[in-house]
Amino acid sequence: MVERIPPPGDDALQEPAWLRWTLIAFAVLAMALLLVMPLLMVLGAAFAKGFGVWFAALVEPDAVAALKLTLFVAAIVIPLNAIFGVFTAWAVTRFEFAGKRTLMALIDLPFAVSPVVAGLCLVLLFSPTHGWFADVLGHYDVKVLFARPAIVLATLFITFPFVVRELIPLMQQQGSDEEIAARSLGAGAWTMFFRVTLPNIKWGLLYGVLLCGARAMGEFGAVSVVSGHIRGLTNTLPLHIEILYNEFQGTAAFAVASLLAGLALVTLVVKFWLEARHGEALAQSHRRN
Amino acid sequence: MSATTLSLPSTTRFRRPLPGFGLSLGLGLAWLGLIVLLPLAALAIRAAGLGVDGWLRAIQDPRVQAALKLSFGAAFAASIVALFAGALIAWVLVRYRFPGRRLLDAIVDLPFALPTAVAGIALTAIYSANGWVGRWLEPEGLKIAYAPAGIVIALAFIGLPFAVRTVQPVLESLGREQEEAAASLGASRFTAFRRVILPELVPALLTGFSLAFARGLGEYGSVIFIAGNKPFATEIAPLLITIRLEEYDYNGAIAIAALLLAASFVCLLVINAVPSLFAHERRTRRNG
Repeated sequence: MVERIPPPGDDALQEPAWLRWTLIAFAVLAMALLLVMPLLMVLGAAFAKGFGVWFAALVEPDAVAALKLTLFVAAIVIPLNAIFGVFTAWAVTRFEFAGKRTLMALIDLPFAVSPVVAGLCLVLLFSPTHGWFADVLGHYDVKVLFARPAIVLATLFITFPFVVRELIPLMQQQGSDEEIAARSLGAGAWTMFFRVTLPNIKWGLLYGVLLCGARAMGEFGAVSVVSGHIRGLTNTLPLHIEILYNEFQGTAAFAVASLLAGLALVTLVVKFWLEARHGEALAQSHRRN
Repeated sequence: MSATTLSLPSTTRFRRPLPGFGLSLGLGLAWLGLIVLLPLAALAIRAAGLGVDGWLRAIQDPRVQAALKLSFGAAFAASIVALFAGALIAWVLVRYRFPGRRLLDAIVDLPFALPTAVAGIALTAIYSANGWVGRWLEPEGLKIAYAPAGIVIALAFIGLPFAVRTVQPVLESLGREQEEAAASLGASRFTAFRRVILPELVPALLTGFSLAFARGLGEYGSVIFIAGNKPFATEIAPLLITIRLEEYDYNGAIAIAALLLAASFVCLLVINAVPSLFAHERRTRRNG
């Protein structure tokens, strides 16, 4: 007597409909509770007292100074990390050398290190009393800690991996055939880079820059340790939010926060758009992060 | 030009096909060294210079012990929450088709993009006594904001995308053949999941967990608003570092920071070792 085995059709490989919809419901509920609600909370609280109050919180002098400092820091950090990110990704994806895996692990290091620890490291280097460079800085009368240079350095540390990690999987996947072809046709190094490599990686680079920018403008822990919290001078937008919140100016804090939340939304929308237009290559590369 | 090239065959033979090896590697290493490694080296050397006495004094401080216990415990609990929720979300996003799926997929990255301080004040407002969720839970005796539960929620928020984004590509690349084989051999859907799909997901789950844990252990911005920051109760280790710094107790700050840094290194090691650890097992399972 041979027992009949059901042919492996869709039913055998698919959960029953009630289970499917229960799982979907739980996933949607988890995301609504954990992710969507905080976003709605920011927007709701920012506009709770009307558009006028929201606007007043943004044009208040300390907020404007914080916004200017945040943009100043981003304007330095993004190009530097983009340029060095492209160079590093080029070295890692186009050549074989000893210690490559160690280098790639070290690139990821800032992802795993606490922002506060990163800030403390900079204090140990640049503190005018306890730092390694205290004598040199004192001699030339340069102020790094509790001033703009330390904020820039802390942000550089935190955002270091963003562009490289976006480019490495993308450039690995693309391979170097087109670049070798360009070289064999006589293209110079920079011609090859600007005519072949850069057009190939531009969307990945754009997304990396966007992530780097969002993080650079939103970094809190590392900047908080090294900034000194001097109002109007060394306060970035996230630090300004903290001060407002601790002074029980909730609506103003959420108004400034809504600015950064808007930036986060723009980042997500651009990513959504890039993936829809430029397909799987980018989707694959960002997921491997 | 061609004469010199011909006269030096040994150099042309070993010429790399693409330019810029020395320049790109040199610049990359210099930048990494200057921005990342030099500051970390400063911490490592100062930590080594504390000596046995300095370390003992720092570690035996009950406030430090409480903060470390809280940080490790909350990061562990939050990573477990993120792992289960993340695996469920990844499964639903990969296996099922339903309206709004792509929107859901895009929102997963929100914690990557939203500044931590913004997330922190939003979560606090939601879970405090008169917040959207807190007003329903506090009368039941469930205190979330200004309690360890709030820290876990903030860290789960931060860790969720790590779990989803490591499990999702593995699920996508998983062929259906083995599931078909399992079904044709009479395995129920649950058995197929437990015996066929789950073993393939273990490396990704471990990586996702390590990433979420490493990130949660060091997280500061999203936690300090919701935590309440009471010493011995809701004070996390990164916050204690900043407090020690403000007290000009550099050695105390260095000791805690060095411990957190060591934990980050362990997490990175696990993450980097996972593929090679499981490569062997997977090969034997496929062949055997």
